[in-house]
Amino acid sequence: MNKIFKLDRRNFLKASAVAGGGMMLGFHIPAANAAVTKESEVNAWIVVNSDDTVLIRVAHSEMGQGSMTALAQLVAEELDCNWSQVKTAFVDPRLNITRKKVYGGMATVGSRAVRTSQEYLRKAGAGARDMLVRAAAQTWKVPAGECTAKAGVVTHTASKRTLKYGALAEAAAKLAPSADVALKDPATWTIAGQPKMRLDMQDKVMGKAVYAIDIMLPDMLFAAIAQSPVFGGKLKSYDEAAIKNFKGVRQVVTLENAVAVVGDSYWEAQRAVRALPVVWDDAGNGKVSSASIAQFLDEGLKMDGAPVARNDGDVAKAMTTAVKTVSAEYRVPYLSHAAMEPMNCTVRFTDDGLDIWAPTQNAEAILNAAARASGLDPLKINVNLTYSGGGFGRRGGAAAGDYVDQAVLIAKAVGKPVKMIWSREEDIQHDFYRPISSAKMTAGLDASGMPVAWNTRISGHSILTTANPSALKDNMDVGFLVLFADNVYDVPNMKVDFALRKTHVPVGYWRSVNHSQNAYFRECFVDEMALAAGQDPYEYRRKLLHKAPKQLAVLEAAAKAADWGKPLPAGQFRGIAQIDGYGSYVAAVAEISMKPDGSPKVHRVVTSVDCGYVVNPDTVRAQLEGATAWALTALLYNEITLKDGRVEQGNFDRYRMLLAADMPKVEVVLVPSGGFWGGIGEPGSPPVGPAVVNAMLAATGKPSRSQPLIKRGGAASA
Amino acid sequence: MINLTINGAAHAVDASPDMPLLWVLRDKLGMTGTKFGCGIAQCGACTVHVNGVAMRSCVTPVSAVGDAEITTIEGLSEHGDSPLQKAWVAHQVPQCGYCQSGLIMAVDALLKVKPKPTDAEINAAISNICRCGTYARVRDAIHDVAKA
Ligand code: FES
Ligand code: FES
Repeated sequence: MNKIFKLDRRNFLKASAVAGGGMMLGFHIPAANAAVTKESEVNAWIVVNSDDTVLIRVAHSEMGQGSMTALAQLVAEELDCNWSQVKTAFVDPRLNITRKKVYGGMATVGSRAVRTSQEYLRKAGAGARDMLVRAAAQTWKVPAGECTAKAGVVTHTASKRTLKYGALAEAAAKLAPSADVALKDPATWTIAGQPKMRLDMQDKVMGKAVYAIDIMLPDMLFAAIAQSPVFGGKLKSYDEAAIKNFKGVRQVVTLENAVAVVGDSYWEAQRAVRALPVVWDDAGNGKVSSASIAQFLDEGLKMDGAPVARNDGDVAKAMTTAVKTVSAEYRVPYLSHAAMEPMNCTVRFTDDGLDIWAPTQNAEAILNAAARASGLDPLKINVNLTYSGGGFGRRGGAAAGDYVDQAVLIAKAVGKPVKMIWSREEDIQHDFYRPISSAKMTAGLDASGMPVAWNTRISGHSILTTANPSALKDNMDVGFLVLFADNVYDVPNMKVDFALRKTHVPVGYWRSVNHSQNAYFRECFVDEMALAAGQDPYEYRRKLLHKAPKQLAVLEAAAKAADWGKPLPAGQFRGIAQIDGYGSYVAAVAEISMKPDGSPKVHRVVTSVDCGYVVNPDTVRAQLEGATAWALTALLYNEITLKDGRVEQGNFDRYRMLLAADMPKVEVVLVPSGGFWGGIGEPGSPPVGPAVVNAMLAATGKPSRSQPLIKRGGAASA
Repeated sequence: MINLTINGAAHAVDASPDMPLLWVLRDKLGMTGTKFGCGIAQCGACTVHVNGVAMRSCVTPVSAVGDAEITTIEGLSEHGDSPLQKAWVAHQVPQCGYCQSGLIMAVDALLKVKPKPTDAEINAAISNICRCGTYARVRDAIHDVAKA
């Protein structure tokens, strides 16, 4: 305990630099300077070095979303340091234990990195600046109020004396922090709010950025794994003799529901595990298929007595007054995350603990999973943080520590450092999937064509059944009903209920979570209503949003930027959709033409976003561009199907990804209204799919009520 | 022992002749800039140059390389300042970055034979998967290099 505690302050920095094998992310002290540079930790987030460089600690993961840079911008803004001298380092999760959660929650999920931490990060920056200014005032024996700080220099205005932060840090670190330091008005920002270059770019174009999968250790062996193909199944037996002549194979390790081959290279281990005959028990799930699951969901659409999440007015009565009814059923499948860096984990047991490397969205979850699997005190576990090759929700939750558990157990059995890598097939077939879901919606329109009643039944597989069953009270998961339970369209009579479905398929958080299904259901149904009413879907939404000014503003911004209502080239059509979520507001307009096979060619997508304050506009744009590709991949291609209890897709040949050739032109319109902090990683994708499908409705007059649009059947490729 | 020339340097490796070049680079030589994404020539994360031509190293047996010149992302430029890499930074192309080594190598090989590719030529030649969806910036960055 003591030993770990001493990792604080500068020892922490040295330890981190060593643990990263000299590859500490975005930060390393050149050996020659290490001896002469003095580091002073001004507070938990900020270390100022005597050479004036500033180290800002980042507690969230960097998996591509750019928050490593954005979070540092917020701190640097209030600190008033010189941005070109800023480096970052990830926080050792043990420090968050020994320092009593000073770094807050480290989970990088729900588009929360900036919005949940902005206040304490800005306070950390402002508090450190205040200490540096007071240290200078003390040196000059003048009142602190006579001194100002800018770009890493404190100036005594009257005498024009100056001192740099590097010279003040040691004295500043000894001062008590002030109780209350004012934060800047975002209108005056010069570092935050600017499109600063990301701090991880140069390494990422040189192949130098280090991911967990890149870790090489002396004496390390490589593990490949085969997990029970039917979820819930267990390992029964295997025939090791079949691989005894395989080169480079060292050992077979068995786990409860998996078998691993350990070898001299990943490829040799993988070749052997693929050839290993294994008998699995299927836990009684061997007959489940996509057809049986579809039937189960359809029963949910019809069942009586589903728990009700929202019941405004009297839907049944209002329906009787309707001059027209619109009714539709929509369906979406299970989906896999397929982050580009496959699941992997490297573990090295040490004399009294272990070192671990794993791609993650939550360093604390890695720590806890490793402690659980090894039985070690968490303070003996050294989590080495690297960049993550995507995350998208797969590497975030407590339930998603599966790959960490496995690597710890394998390394323990082998007695040497082990790097375990999942094949792409294991990754796609052993995910925590985006839940399957169906919706049945009925609306009654009045003589003006506007809805007076709207009934929605969702039948789907709640994430809570896997992630947190105890939170599932009375078979209700309101989160699964987002955009309906909190539907902002002004309809006087509205009912939303839920048929909970649970299959043996593990489900989890997938970029945009339940917005990914419900935006499609809701926004396409609104277009069906508008069509039945004979009205323009944009104008129809404007009327329905008259009580929702922020949603209306992004809708209008997208429509304006996309020239809604102006003529398009022959054969091209527009569709529009809008959502709110993760604290932000997003609308999208898609322009498409129809291909002969009935699928859309997407030419252009215009998205508008109001996330309150913008910390880095270029990062926001990048996230919305990427979210467009994410949404189109799911809409056009993706479907996880089951046969004999197992997933049929195995690799990118059957779980197809959008490529450059399919990528439309994307225009992002930022309309930040200030006053709040909205998320960015997730809200960008939900409106894109429905905007495309609504454009298809405009093109063909026919709704497209199930995804993906382009089906690919076939047997598993693995 | 298999003799290889990688980024201008000679290497002798003890590996099965059928081991894919990707795993020789990563596991035998510790050159981890080249990435594993699928293992079946679908994603392009493992793209390297063999005599200047883009190859998916996950399906290229090391024995097939012979005495050809292999270039990996580490060998593209010493300081990461080739025109292509500079354009990549200027456009802030990477997100998670995992696919980018292979993507940059694929684009570099394309520009060698087609210094000013049209959109259609880019679409036909660049079939790398980027799950983060950086394609729009990839295209802009390519056109920028082509203009220079
Ligand atoms: S790893 Fe070689 S193409 Fe995907
Ligand atoms: S940048 Fe993440 S996969 Fe391409």
